[in-house]
Amino acid sequence: MASRTVSWLLARSLSSSGPRSALLPRGKKLGLVSRGGIHRYNSTAAAAEEPITPPVTVPHTQLLINGKFVDAASGRTFQTLDPRTGEVIANVAEGDAEDVNRAVAAARKAFDEGPWPRLPAFERQKILLKCADLVDKHNDEIAALETWDNGKPYEQAAKVEVPMFARLFRYYAGWADKIHGLTVPADGPYHVQTLHEPIGVAGQIIPWNFPLLMFAWKVGPALATGNTIVLKTAEQTPLSALYVARLFHEAGLPEGVLNIISGFGPTAGAALASHMDVDKLAFTGSTETGKIVLELGAKSNLKPVTLELGGKSPFIVCEDADVDQAVELAHFALFFNQGQCCCAGSRTFVHEKVYDEFVEKAKARASRRSVGDPFKAGIEQGPQVDSEQFEKILKYIRSGVECGATLETGGERYGSKGYYVQPTVFSNVKDDMLIAKDEIFGPVQSILKFKDLNEVIKRSNATRYGLAAGVFTQNIDTANTLIRALRVGTVWVNTFDIFDAAIPFGGYKMSGHGREKGIYSLSNYLQVKAVVTPLKNPAWL
Amino acid sequence: MANHGSNGSSDDLTFPLEIPPAKIRFTKLFIGGEFVDSVSGKTFETIDPRTGETIARVSEGDKEDIDLAVGAARRAFDHGPWPRLPGAARAKIMHKFADLIDQHIEELATLDTLNAGKLFSWGKAVDIPSVANTLRYFAGAADKIHGQVLKMSRELHAYTLLEPIGVVGLIIPWNFPSTMFFVKVSPALAAGCTMVVKPAEQTPLSALFYAHLAKEAGIPDGVINVVSGYGPTAGAALTSHMNVDKVSFTGSTEVGRKVMQAAAASNLKTVSLELGGKSPLLIFDDADIDQAADLALLGVMHNKGEVCVAGSRVLVQEAIYDEFVKTLVEKAKEWVVGDPFHPNSRVGPQVDKKQYEKVMSYIEHGKREGATLLTGGKPAAKKGYYIEPTVFTDVTDDMMIVKDEIFGPVMVLMKFKTMEDGIRAANNTRYGLAAGIVTKSLDTANTVSRSIRAGVIWINCYFAFDNDCPFGGYKSSGFGRDEGMVGLQKYLQVKSVVTPLYNSPWQ
Repeated sequence: MASRTVSWLLARSLSSSGPRSALLPRGKKLGLVSRGGIHRYNSTAAAAEEPITPPVTVPHTQLLINGKFVDAASGRTFQTLDPRTGEVIANVAEGDAEDVNRAVAAARKAFDEGPWPRLPAFERQKILLKCADLVDKHNDEIAALETWDNGKPYEQAAKVEVPMFARLFRYYAGWADKIHGLTVPADGPYHVQTLHEPIGVAGQIIPWNFPLLMFAWKVGPALATGNTIVLKTAEQTPLSALYVARLFHEAGLPEGVLNIISGFGPTAGAALASHMDVDKLAFTGSTETGKIVLELGAKSNLKPVTLELGGKSPFIVCEDADVDQAVELAHFALFFNQGQCCCAGSRTFVHEKVYDEFVEKAKARASRRSVGDPFKAGIEQGPQVDSEQFEKILKYIRSGVECGATLETGGERYGSKGYYVQPTVFSNVKDDMLIAKDEIFGPVQSILKFKDLNEVIKRSNATRYGLAAGVFTQNIDTANTLIRALRVGTVWVNTFDIFDAAIPFGGYKMSGHGREKGIYSLSNYLQVKAVVTPLKNPAWL
Repeated sequence: MANHGSNGSSDDLTFPLEIPPAKIRFTKLFIGGEFVDSVSGKTFETIDPRTGETIARVSEGDKEDIDLAVGAARRAFDHGPWPRLPGAARAKIMHKFADLIDQHIEELATLDTLNAGKLFSWGKAVDIPSVANTLRYFAGAADKIHGQVLKMSRELHAYTLLEPIGVVGLIIPWNFPSTMFFVKVSPALAAGCTMVVKPAEQTPLSALFYAHLAKEAGIPDGVINVVSGYGPTAGAALTSHMNVDKVSFTGSTEVGRKVMQAAAASNLKTVSLELGGKSPLLIFDDADIDQAADLALLGVMHNKGEVCVAGSRVLVQEAIYDEFVKTLVEKAKEWVVGDPFHPNSRVGPQVDKKQYEKVMSYIEHGKREGATLLTGGKPAAKKGYYIEPTVFTDVTDDMMIVKDEIFGPVMVLMKFKTMEDGIRAANNTRYGLAAGIVTKSLDTANTVSRSIRAGVIWINCYFAFDNDCPFGGYKSSGFGRDEGMVGLQKYLQVKSVVTPLYNSPWQ
């Protein structure tokens, strides 16, 4: 269900004037791009209008520790901002080392003495299913909070991300009672089995680009396998996690099982990563911070760490491509979620035979992208999450211009208020330019030209990252060659950003360690215990 | 499987209780999403085993009805949405189905008690809630059916697809009409199959109710079809149908053989069989005698012995034999025979006259063959099909009561000396469905577990069924497994897909 529905919804919300092509991977023959689009970003009208009042109030701003909302020990708060305006949405309790200690102690107690790991897996399943039902019930409020705090289009949050969140919890609910150890062959008369036990207290640090989905990717498998959790949300987007965590408690999650700390990386995040009572750490964020997290894990108690980090993912358009479809898909691969995707297709490699046509059409498509208040229907692109990201993106755009890439469209801030950036397309990008090497995390498409397959494989792999890749071709041999040659954790062939619950996701190289989602994610939260005992006169071995 | 704690002093519980008149809502065949009369217009009586009286007349499906049902299932599979839905979408509908069952627990438990003589309290507390959970378990499995990408020996890319096997025929016995319905229907649904279910002629009522709930839950028309009727007509038509891709049968070994023959003679459809048993319960010298006696009685008296895995041969090590017998006879009194609607009853009537007479004839055989009747051995009421919990001792290996599946509340008690003797005796049967072990010794438990040729071993417990725990037989108890992720496999085909690979950087 997920991928098809999600794709369709994305298509609807993201390319109102374009075809649904990019997003319908299952062999549908699609129409041509409509040429009738208007260059909406040239108008500043949308951003200049008064921001739409979000249809939700902020219900929770405190930390969630041991089933209760509490102030930070220090009493401090920080402001969470509306990226449409830069204005304050709410003051949120600022968790620090002391709060992390309290939360870890609660999680420790819930794990060591509480009912959660001791419940039959089937009962855990039932509670997780109830969590999903409650989230469904509050879909629109949760989506509104997400948009308000993050700036992503409301339609995307309400029709795709919150339903996907519920879907992920239903998926993991189904795993709870299917976590199988093995009985193991022995070289002699021994009975051997493996028990897959919950690992204990999991520390989880999530980013701001998909606050809810990253919550689900981390919390889902940890709960299904019987662990307890301290989750630190990104300081940019603390609100939605607090809301859904409350719903989880309503669904019957025992106290102390899921603790939520809002706060900053160097304080709360570092305290969690270096805590001696945390048994496992999972982090999603930048490669730079991932290194620090791994070091803290090593320096403290050698807790195992999974990391899902940055990327500079290639999107390869081969010579046999239907250019219209390729343009639409490449556009989606980069611009989705304001370009704030770790797996964004941020290096668009186009075969020289179709390069000129592609550039022209990619420029036209980006020019047509509707930018504006994310609460407005039909909006494809909202503001970047905060001023830091906004400034960073503009800096990269300047660098692209300075080092000689061709700015096809965009290149500036959009409007005069908030953190909106014009959809930007560079052509004639060279491999050694900063915009081709660094993760920009914004609506900036870099188009590069290639001649043959071996060349594009080499160039695609010439990066410290290895998160994902897009391949656009109808040729089965080309597809198969690229699939195996690309050193990345996900290859999307004639599609992009398909994130079903069952599909594992993660990085090669400096894009991280471990895999999330799917059956693979369960092992992040399980210890394997081998149990061996002699057999007397066994009937067989 | 806790002890009910009733102390069996009363002996007049068999007088039929006045129960709220059960509305029998569904008595027709369910084909293509509609309740329909049989083509012949024929009906058959379904009986209340408490009294032998007719509850309702139910449409009698025959070959022509099976043709219609298979046609509906075929269309639903070949052209309908069910196998084309993502697993997660099938799961959603299955969860809804489970929720609807939860909303009708009392009504469903009533149907199974009326129709099969099963304990109402047990049905309400255990059987019916469990079937909803079986559906939920397999709902959770529907999006976790993984093929494999293969390690080829040359430059080839290859993977397996696990595809739904197609139209499946499911033949359900009467002893657990609800449980067995969902043990088969749930994995078939999860896999994306469509199906024709033939419930036992003794117990069609709950199956037809489930068909109604399936429709209400949103399972598309034609995915589940239910044809009530008899084995030699409807059952035979299903097993020999050229358009059925698989048959899963639970029932007697004798009929299982016919099912397999019919499959072989028709289109070579795959078959899985869950058949009879004569399962041993081995009680070792170090056992807690109280616990052992409780387990022994539970093992064979539960559901009036109408259980394929019944622990009908109880093997006791000699050092504790005499004390065990004393305890057992005492505890046997707790197994009060009575109207299954009565909260104090622990043993209801046998399902029908035929079964009743068969069990009574085995008891007579036992007496004639020279076994000692320790307790029971008689009808337990003037009316209906009630039989006293019965225990024979001083039996020999060649007695019919030791060799045959009696399918009634009849235990044979035997003595053994060493562990090796016990294992030998336990395996001395053509069946191999289940076995129980009562011991405190780790080594005994491990050695005996591997030595007994049976599909499930319960150590210091019995009837420890679980949705995640596969279940099925060795030897003449059948083949294939129900339940667990293994239970899904028989509803799936494995397709290998292979294509050349060029310039792969690794192999």
